[in-house]
Amino acid sequence: MSEFTRGFRAGIPIGIGYLSVSFTFGIMAVSYGFSWWQAVIISMLTLTSAGQLAGISVMVHPGQYLEMLFSQLTINIRYSFMSVSLSQKVAASFSGMKRWLLGFFMTDEIFAVASAEKTVDAKFFFGLSVAPYFGWALGTLGGSVLGNILPEVLMNSLCLAIYGMFLAIIAPKARTSRAVLCVTVVAILLHVMFVYLPILNRVSSGIAVSVCAIVAALIGAWLFPHDEEENEA
Amino acid sequence: MREFFIYLVILVGSTYLVRALPFALMRKKIKNRFIRSFLYYIPYTVLAAMTFPAAVLATGNMLAASLGLIAGGVLALQGKGLTLVAFVCCALSLMTDLIMITLN
Repeated sequence: MSEFTRGFRAGIPIGIGYLSVSFTFGIMAVSYGFSWWQAVIISMLTLTSAGQLAGISVMVHPGQYLEMLFSQLTINIRYSFMSVSLSQKVAASFSGMKRWLLGFFMTDEIFAVASAEKTVDAKFFFGLSVAPYFGWALGTLGGSVLGNILPEVLMNSLCLAIYGMFLAIIAPKARTSRAVLCVTVVAILLHVMFVYLPILNRVSSGIAVSVCAIVAALIGAWLFPHDEEENEA
Repeated sequence: MREFFIYLVILVGSTYLVRALPFALMRKKIKNRFIRSFLYYIPYTVLAAMTFPAAVLATGNMLAASLGLIAGGVLALQGKGLTLVAFVCCALSLMTDLIMITLN
Protein backbone atom coordinates (compact mmCIF):
# COMPACT_ATOMS: atom_id res chain seq x y z
CA MET A 1 0.00 0.00 0.00
CA SER A 2 1.38 3.41 -0.91
CA GLU A 3 2.00 6.02 1.77
CA PHE A 4 -0.74 8.16 0.24
CA THR A 5 -3.33 5.36 0.43
CA ARG A 6 -2.32 4.51 3.98
CA GLY A 7 -2.75 8.16 4.95
CA PHE A 8 -6.05 8.44 3.14
CA ARG A 9 -7.48 5.46 5.04
CA ALA A 10 -6.31 6.85 8.37
CA GLY A 11 -8.10 10.10 7.56
CA ILE A 12 -11.55 8.61 6.83
CA PRO A 13 -12.79 8.57 10.46
CA ILE A 14 -11.68 12.19 10.86
CA GLY A 15 -13.50 13.08 7.64
CA ILE A 16 -16.75 11.55 8.90
CA GLY A 17 -16.41 13.41 12.19
CA TYR A 18 -15.72 16.68 10.38
CA LEU A 19 -18.73 16.13 8.10
CA SER A 20 -21.08 16.20 11.08
CA VAL A 21 -19.38 19.04 12.93
CA SER A 22 -19.01 21.34 9.92
CA PHE A 23 -22.70 20.71 9.16
CA THR A 24 -23.29 22.66 12.37
CA PHE A 25 -20.90 25.38 11.27
CA GLY A 26 -22.92 25.76 8.05
CA ILE A 27 -26.15 26.06 10.01
CA MET A 28 -24.62 28.58 12.40
CA ALA A 29 -23.12 30.68 9.59
CA VAL A 30 -26.48 30.92 7.82
CA SER A 31 -28.23 31.77 11.10
CA TYR A 32 -25.67 34.59 11.54
CA GLY A 33 -26.76 35.97 8.15
CA PHE A 34 -24.07 34.56 5.83
CA SER A 35 -24.97 32.93 2.53
CA TRP A 36 -24.08 29.32 1.74
CA TRP A 37 -21.16 30.17 -0.56
CA GLN A 38 -19.61 32.43 2.08
CA ALA A 39 -19.78 29.61 4.63
CA VAL A 40 -18.21 27.16 2.15
CA ILE A 41 -15.42 29.59 1.17
CA ILE A 42 -14.59 30.17 4.84
CA SER A 43 -14.43 26.42 5.47
CA MET A 44 -12.37 25.60 2.37
CA LEU A 45 -9.81 28.32 3.00
CA THR A 46 -9.59 28.10 6.78
CA LEU A 47 -10.21 24.52 7.96
CA THR A 48 -10.58 25.24 11.66
CA SER A 49 -13.50 24.71 14.03
CA ALA A 50 -12.93 27.15 16.88
CA GLY A 51 -11.29 29.74 14.62
CA GLN A 52 -14.15 29.82 12.12
CA LEU A 53 -16.79 29.96 14.82
CA ALA A 54 -15.04 32.90 16.48
CA GLY A 55 -14.42 34.38 13.01
CA ILE A 56 -18.07 34.57 11.99
CA SER A 57 -19.07 35.98 15.36
CA VAL A 58 -16.60 38.84 14.81
CA MET A 59 -17.61 39.27 11.14
CA VAL A 60 -21.22 40.12 12.01
CA HIS A 61 -19.93 43.38 13.52
CA PRO A 62 -18.50 45.88 11.05
CA GLY A 63 -14.90 47.08 11.16
CA GLN A 64 -13.39 44.98 13.97
CA TYR A 65 -10.31 44.01 11.96
CA LEU A 66 -7.83 44.17 14.82
CA GLU A 67 -10.10 42.12 16.99
CA MET A 68 -10.35 39.52 14.21
CA LEU A 69 -6.57 39.32 14.00
CA PHE A 70 -6.07 39.17 17.76
CA SER A 71 -8.71 36.54 18.42
CA GLN A 72 -7.58 34.38 15.49
CA LEU A 73 -3.96 34.47 16.63
CA THR A 74 -4.93 33.46 20.16
CA ILE A 75 -7.32 30.73 19.13
CA ASN A 76 -5.02 29.31 16.48
CA ILE A 77 -1.69 29.63 18.28
CA ARG A 78 -2.07 25.99 19.28
CA TYR A 79 -1.42 25.11 15.62
CA SER A 80 2.00 26.73 15.88
CA PHE A 81 2.76 24.44 18.76
CA MET A 82 1.58 21.42 16.79
CA SER A 83 3.55 22.53 13.73
CA VAL A 84 6.70 22.94 15.82
CA SER A 85 6.09 19.55 17.39
CA LEU A 86 5.47 17.77 14.08
CA SER A 87 8.39 19.52 12.40
CA GLN A 88 10.63 17.48 14.69
CA LYS A 89 9.56 14.13 13.28
CA VAL A 90 8.99 14.61 9.55
CA ALA A 91 10.95 12.59 6.97
CA ALA A 92 14.04 14.20 5.46
CA SER A 93 12.25 14.48 2.10
CA PHE A 94 9.41 16.48 3.74
CA SER A 95 10.83 19.96 3.35
CA GLY A 96 10.62 23.39 1.77
CA MET A 97 7.64 23.74 -0.54
CA LYS A 98 5.92 20.64 0.85
CA ARG A 99 5.90 22.12 4.33
CA TRP A 100 4.48 25.41 3.07
CA LEU A 101 1.69 23.58 1.21
CA LEU A 102 0.84 20.83 3.67
CA GLY A 103 1.11 23.05 6.76
CA PHE A 104 -2.32 24.32 5.73
CA PHE A 105 -3.87 21.01 6.82
CA MET A 106 -2.62 21.11 10.41
CA THR A 107 -5.76 20.53 12.49
CA ASP A 108 -6.05 19.04 15.97
CA GLU A 109 -7.13 15.64 14.68
CA ILE A 110 -4.80 15.43 11.65
CA PHE A 111 -1.94 16.42 13.94
CA ALA A 112 -2.94 13.79 16.49
CA VAL A 113 -2.94 10.98 13.90
CA ALA A 114 0.26 12.18 12.19
CA SER A 115 2.04 12.37 15.56
CA ALA A 116 1.43 8.68 16.08
CA GLU A 117 3.74 7.98 13.12
CA LYS A 118 7.39 7.28 13.76
CA THR A 119 8.47 9.51 10.89
CA VAL A 120 5.90 11.50 8.96
CA ASP A 121 6.10 11.11 5.20
CA ALA A 122 4.79 14.00 3.06
CA LYS A 123 2.63 11.65 0.94
CA PHE A 124 1.17 10.09 4.08
CA PHE A 125 0.36 13.51 5.52
CA PHE A 126 -1.25 14.60 2.23
CA GLY A 127 -3.35 11.42 2.05
CA LEU A 128 -4.34 11.88 5.67
CA SER A 129 -5.62 15.40 4.92
CA VAL A 130 -7.88 14.54 1.95
CA ALA A 131 -10.94 13.03 3.68
CA PRO A 132 -11.01 15.60 6.54
CA TYR A 133 -10.70 18.48 4.04
CA PHE A 134 -13.58 17.37 1.84
CA GLY A 135 -15.62 16.24 4.84
CA TRP A 136 -15.26 19.72 6.30
CA ALA A 137 -16.22 21.46 3.01
CA LEU A 138 -19.16 19.16 2.14
CA GLY A 139 -20.53 19.28 5.69
CA THR A 140 -20.48 23.08 5.60
CA LEU A 141 -22.29 23.06 2.24
CA GLY A 142 -24.90 20.61 3.58
CA GLY A 143 -25.50 22.55 6.76
CA SER A 144 -25.75 25.93 5.11
CA VAL A 145 -28.16 24.71 2.40
CA LEU A 146 -30.29 22.36 4.50
CA GLY A 147 -30.20 24.65 7.52
CA ASN A 148 -33.08 26.65 6.09
CA ILE A 149 -35.18 23.55 5.45
CA LEU A 150 -34.77 21.74 8.76
CA PRO A 151 -37.19 22.53 11.60
CA GLU A 152 -36.00 25.21 14.00
CA VAL A 153 -35.98 22.96 17.06
CA LEU A 154 -33.66 20.51 15.28
CA MET A 155 -31.35 23.28 14.06
CA ASN A 156 -31.09 24.70 17.57
CA SER A 157 -29.98 21.35 18.96
CA LEU A 158 -27.46 20.84 16.16
CA CYS A 159 -25.65 23.98 17.35
CA LEU A 160 -24.35 21.83 20.20
CA ALA A 161 -22.36 19.52 17.90
CA ILE A 162 -19.39 21.85 17.59
CA TYR A 163 -19.24 22.29 21.38
CA GLY A 164 -19.56 18.52 21.81
CA MET A 165 -16.43 18.19 19.69
CA PHE A 166 -14.60 20.66 21.93
CA LEU A 167 -15.69 18.67 25.00
CA ALA A 168 -14.36 15.48 23.41
CA ILE A 169 -10.94 17.15 23.04
CA ILE A 170 -10.78 18.70 26.53
CA ALA A 171 -12.41 16.14 28.82
CA PRO A 172 -10.10 13.11 28.45
CA LYS A 173 -7.06 15.32 29.12
CA ALA A 174 -8.71 17.15 32.05
CA ARG A 175 -9.43 13.78 33.62
CA THR A 176 -5.83 12.57 33.58
CA SER A 177 -4.08 15.90 34.18
CA ARG A 178 -4.97 17.95 37.23
CA ALA A 179 -3.11 20.91 35.73
CA VAL A 180 -5.23 20.83 32.54
CA LEU A 181 -8.36 20.53 34.69
CA CYS A 182 -7.31 23.60 36.71
CA VAL A 183 -6.49 25.79 33.71
CA THR A 184 -9.75 24.90 31.94
CA VAL A 185 -11.79 25.68 35.07
CA VAL A 186 -9.99 29.03 35.43
CA ALA A 187 -10.64 29.84 31.76
CA ILE A 188 -14.34 29.02 32.14
CA LEU A 189 -14.75 31.04 35.35
CA LEU A 190 -13.04 34.04 33.76
CA HIS A 191 -15.24 33.84 30.69
CA VAL A 192 -18.42 33.53 32.78
CA MET A 193 -17.32 36.74 34.51
CA PHE A 194 -16.82 38.44 31.14
CA VAL A 195 -20.29 37.42 30.03
CA TYR A 196 -22.24 38.34 33.16
CA LEU A 197 -20.41 41.03 35.16
CA PRO A 198 -21.17 44.69 34.41
CA ILE A 199 -18.49 46.64 32.47
CA LEU A 200 -16.68 43.36 31.67
CA ASN A 201 -19.69 42.25 29.61
CA ARG A 202 -19.13 45.18 27.24
CA VAL A 203 -15.90 43.57 26.05
CA SER A 204 -16.62 41.90 22.71
CA SER A 205 -16.69 38.12 22.64
CA GLY A 206 -13.58 37.52 20.53
CA ILE A 207 -11.37 39.60 22.81
CA ALA A 208 -12.95 38.10 25.94
CA VAL A 209 -12.21 34.53 24.84
CA SER A 210 -8.62 35.46 23.96
CA VAL A 211 -7.97 37.25 27.24
CA CYS A 212 -9.46 34.43 29.33
CA ALA A 213 -7.50 31.78 27.45
CA ILE A 214 -4.20 33.65 27.67
CA VAL A 215 -4.56 34.50 31.37
CA ALA A 216 -5.54 30.93 32.27
CA ALA A 217 -2.64 29.47 30.26
CA LEU A 218 -0.18 31.95 31.85
CA ILE A 219 -1.40 30.92 35.31
CA GLY A 220 -0.97 27.30 34.27
CA ALA A 221 2.56 27.88 32.96
CA TRP A 222 3.43 29.67 36.20
CA LEU A 223 1.88 27.19 38.67
CA PHE A 224 2.31 23.92 36.76
CA PRO A 225 5.36 24.08 34.49
CA HIS A 226 4.93 21.32 31.95
CA ASP A 227 8.12 19.37 31.62
CA GLU A 228 7.70 16.03 29.94
CA GLU A 229 8.49 15.55 26.30
CA GLU A 230 5.15 15.09 24.66
CA ASN A 231 3.62 15.10 21.24
CA GLU A 232 -0.02 15.55 21.91
CA ALA A 233 -1.61 18.96 22.18
CA MET B 1 -19.52 42.48 0.67
CA ARG B 2 -16.16 44.27 0.57
CA GLU B 3 -16.14 44.00 4.36
CA PHE B 4 -16.61 40.23 4.10
CA PHE B 5 -13.55 39.83 1.90
CA ILE B 6 -11.37 42.03 4.12
CA TYR B 7 -12.38 39.89 7.08
CA LEU B 8 -11.80 36.74 5.01
CA VAL B 9 -8.24 37.80 4.12
CA ILE B 10 -7.42 38.42 7.80
CA LEU B 11 -9.07 35.15 8.88
CA VAL B 12 -7.44 33.01 6.19
CA GLY B 13 -4.06 34.74 6.24
CA SER B 14 -3.57 34.61 10.00
CA THR B 15 -4.76 31.02 10.27
CA TYR B 16 -2.49 29.86 7.45
CA LEU B 17 0.62 31.65 8.68
CA VAL B 18 0.16 30.46 12.26
CA ARG B 19 0.22 26.89 10.93
CA ALA B 20 2.63 26.93 8.03
CA LEU B 21 5.28 29.40 9.20
CA PRO B 22 6.49 27.39 12.22
CA PHE B 23 6.16 24.16 10.26
CA ALA B 24 8.32 25.45 7.41
CA LEU B 25 10.89 27.36 9.44
CA MET B 26 11.21 25.44 12.69
CA ARG B 27 14.24 23.22 12.81
CA LYS B 28 14.92 23.33 16.53
CA LYS B 29 12.91 22.72 19.66
CA ILE B 30 11.76 25.51 21.98
CA LYS B 31 13.81 25.25 25.15
CA ASN B 32 12.16 27.81 27.41
CA ARG B 33 10.05 25.92 29.92
CA PHE B 34 7.59 28.74 30.59
CA ILE B 35 6.82 29.23 26.89
CA ARG B 36 6.53 25.48 26.34
CA SER B 37 4.12 25.20 29.25
CA PHE B 38 2.08 28.17 28.05
CA LEU B 39 1.81 26.70 24.55
CA TYR B 40 0.86 23.35 26.03
CA TYR B 41 -2.11 24.80 27.96
CA ILE B 42 -3.38 27.20 25.31
CA PRO B 43 -5.45 24.69 23.27
CA TYR B 44 -7.40 23.63 26.34
CA THR B 45 -8.02 27.11 27.73
CA VAL B 46 -9.18 28.38 24.32
CA LEU B 47 -11.62 25.52 23.82
CA ALA B 48 -12.89 25.76 27.41
CA ALA B 49 -13.49 29.51 27.20
CA MET B 50 -15.21 29.13 23.83
CA THR B 51 -17.47 26.34 25.09
CA PHE B 52 -18.65 27.89 28.35
CA PRO B 53 -20.98 29.61 28.87
CA ALA B 54 -21.72 29.84 25.10
CA ALA B 55 -22.72 26.19 24.70
CA VAL B 56 -25.33 26.39 27.47
CA LEU B 57 -26.90 29.38 25.72
CA ALA B 58 -26.50 28.07 22.16
CA THR B 59 -29.86 26.36 21.63
CA GLY B 60 -32.16 28.89 23.33
CA ASN B 61 -33.20 26.24 25.86
CA MET B 62 -30.71 26.20 28.73
CA LEU B 63 -32.11 23.10 30.41
CA ALA B 64 -32.09 21.03 27.21
CA ALA B 65 -28.61 22.24 26.27
CA SER B 66 -27.25 21.54 29.76
CA LEU B 67 -28.61 17.99 29.78
CA GLY B 68 -27.11 17.36 26.35
CA LEU B 69 -23.73 18.76 27.40
CA ILE B 70 -23.69 16.77 30.64
CA ALA B 71 -24.40 13.52 28.78
CA GLY B 72 -21.77 14.38 26.15
CA GLY B 73 -19.33 15.39 28.90
CA VAL B 74 -19.68 12.04 30.64
CA LEU B 75 -18.96 10.19 27.38
CA ALA B 76 -16.05 12.55 26.63
CA LEU B 77 -14.58 11.80 30.07
CA GLN B 78 -14.65 8.14 29.10
CA GLY B 79 -12.58 9.01 26.04
CA LYS B 80 -15.32 8.48 23.42
CA GLY B 81 -14.72 9.92 19.95
CA LEU B 82 -15.79 13.38 18.86
CA THR B 83 -18.55 12.17 16.54
CA LEU B 84 -20.35 10.16 19.24
CA VAL B 85 -19.99 12.93 21.84
CA ALA B 86 -21.31 15.56 19.42
CA PHE B 87 -24.22 13.31 18.41
CA VAL B 88 -25.27 12.57 22.00
CA CYS B 89 -25.17 16.28 22.94
CA CYS B 90 -27.50 17.12 20.05
CA ALA B 91 -29.80 14.12 20.47
CA LEU B 92 -30.45 14.57 24.19
CA SER B 93 -30.92 18.31 23.83
CA LEU B 94 -33.39 17.75 20.98
CA MET B 95 -35.35 15.13 22.95
CA THR B 96 -35.58 17.37 26.00
CA ASP B 97 -36.63 20.30 23.86
CA LEU B 98 -39.35 18.25 22.12
CA ILE B 99 -40.66 16.87 25.43
CA MET B 100 -40.86 20.38 26.90
CA ILE B 101 -42.65 21.69 23.80
CA THR B 102 -45.15 18.81 24.00
CA LEU B 103 -45.82 19.34 27.71
CA ASN B 104 -46.46 23.06 27.27
